[in-house]
Amino acid sequence: MRLTHLIFLLYFFNLFNCKQVKFELAKIEGEQIQITDTLIASSEIEAFIKPYRNHIQKDLDSVLAYSANTYSKNDGALNTALGNFMADAIYSEANPIFKKRTGKNIDMVLLNHGGIRSILSKGNVTKRTAYQLMPFENSIVVVALKKNQIDSLINYLIRKKRPHPISKLKLTINGNDKIIDVKIKDKNIKSDKIYYVVTNDYLYNGGDNMTFFKTNDSLYVLNYKIRNALIDNFKKIDTIKPVIDNRFIQIK
Amino acid sequence: MKRRDFIQQASAGTALVTLGGLGLQSFTTASKSKKITILHTNDVHSHIDPFGPEDGRNANKGGVARRASLIESIRQKNPNTLLLDAGDIFQGTPYFNYYGGELEFKLMSKLKYDAATIGNHDFDNGIDGLYAQLEHAKFQFVSANYDFSNTIMDTHTKPYKVFQKDNIKIGVFGLGIELNGLVDPSMFKETKYLDPVETAQDMSRILKTEEHCDLVICLSHLGYNYKKDPNKISDLKLAAATKDIHLIIGGHTHTFLSKPTIVKNIEEKNMLVNQVGCYGINLGKIDFHFDSSKNISANGTSIIV
Repeated sequence: MRLTHLIFLLYFFNLFNCKQVKFELAKIEGEQIQITDTLIASSEIEAFIKPYRNHIQKDLDSVLAYSANTYSKNDGALNTALGNFMADAIYSEANPIFKKRTGKNIDMVLLNHGGIRSILSKGNVTKRTAYQLMPFENSIVVVALKKNQIDSLINYLIRKKRPHPISKLKLTINGNDKIIDVKIKDKNIKSDKIYYVVTNDYLYNGGDNMTFFKTNDSLYVLNYKIRNALIDNFKKIDTIKPVIDNRFIQIK
Repeated sequence: MKRRDFIQQASAGTALVTLGGLGLQSFTTASKSKKITILHTNDVHSHIDPFGPEDGRNANKGGVARRASLIESIRQKNPNTLLLDAGDIFQGTPYFNYYGGELEFKLMSKLKYDAATIGNHDFDNGIDGLYAQLEHAKFQFVSANYDFSNTIMDTHTKPYKVFQKDNIKIGVFGLGIELNGLVDPSMFKETKYLDPVETAQDMSRILKTEEHCDLVICLSHLGYNYKKDPNKISDLKLAAATKDIHLIIGGHTHTFLSKPTIVKNIEEKNMLVNQVGCYGINLGKIDFHFDSSKNISANGTSIIV
């Protein structure tokens, strides 16, 4: 399957060495071979992989929870049931770890709408569900932010008007995008307080233009993948039945 | 070289080598010629199974078991073959999440990989996670610009390895990407990153003048080219800044090239930079033909890509 036929002359590479027989490089040919289903798979290699594959399949398909309905990240204006579930799940799984390590509590969660990679279907929820929702390897980080950055974060949410998953933040805006009310853990935002915001390493590094995370007081890396937090959460709950609520709404 | 010049020269060369091809064949019957085949992958990212028929982009492509039979058939045609990987073996499918890279290394050993270099994702379970899987790797890790001396990986990699096939000496050295800012420091710990250009200059000198290699190959995880960040070191920049390297096999940027790139090195000599995308979708194959020197006319080596 030669892809190209460009031919090129090059001046002689002076490659000789001190061995008795002198062989010199005369011609170099390069090609790329695509691995397609026209190639016959090695049965030996296939047999070697099989037990590993079977174990993974079995484990991925073992039932952890039940979803009461089918939820999509597209159902809802500024907050969605699926986004709310994910943000709340990350809060409940990450907070005990953060508290144990630092003695502090997480104040709020911000993930990104685009990071929800599939629907959550009604019925059995498995590890495979977690891989579908979150195929990426992103990990949970906690970023310490002051009021200035929190304000930027809130302005970002208002500007984008996407249902980015949030937890413990409550934001109400009017028809002119003015803030009517904003609270973190049911309290007003104070200028002398440090807020511990959970996000993932992708957003922390400026993904989705979330530039407000970079000016921070400190960063805590939990070494805990978003997907694993979802799996841990699935194991704890029996039935998933999240709702669209009033955590981020616009009153017109 | 400007692209237009290259195309003109290249098309002019087509006729030349078509004629020359007949000549070469007649030589090979008269005296011995040798062929070294270099097969390579990069950024396989734990893609052990082929993509399914439903996949939106790569349906029915890839798969280690198919790659195995392809490599076997190439080796049967030419036993003087090396099989190399340019890093990011780990991370991308549940195989890695479940087994930490064990199966990837075991399969590469079964496919008889000769050497691999280390990509940034190979640190995804930490340097300890990489070390823990080494017992499953029956091939050599080469890395010349990661100084592992203060880490658990110390002595488990070599800067380069020299292979001998049909009395042709092939030196293969490895280069890794800057880890700071790319990988969490708690993952790579005290791994020190050394300048890739200086390292490559040292390596090519050692491999050519001390080890007397006939072929020098760089296994690089630096990335093919960074258009938005032209100062960042890449395979194309490395190629232009070094000499006596015949082939850079790259990775990291998941670059699908329709053919290997011919680059002029610092001495204005042509060499090759290649990369085959990712996920085991393609296998790169570069054949180096050697002839006894009396058969080489007009001091020319042709590159056919």
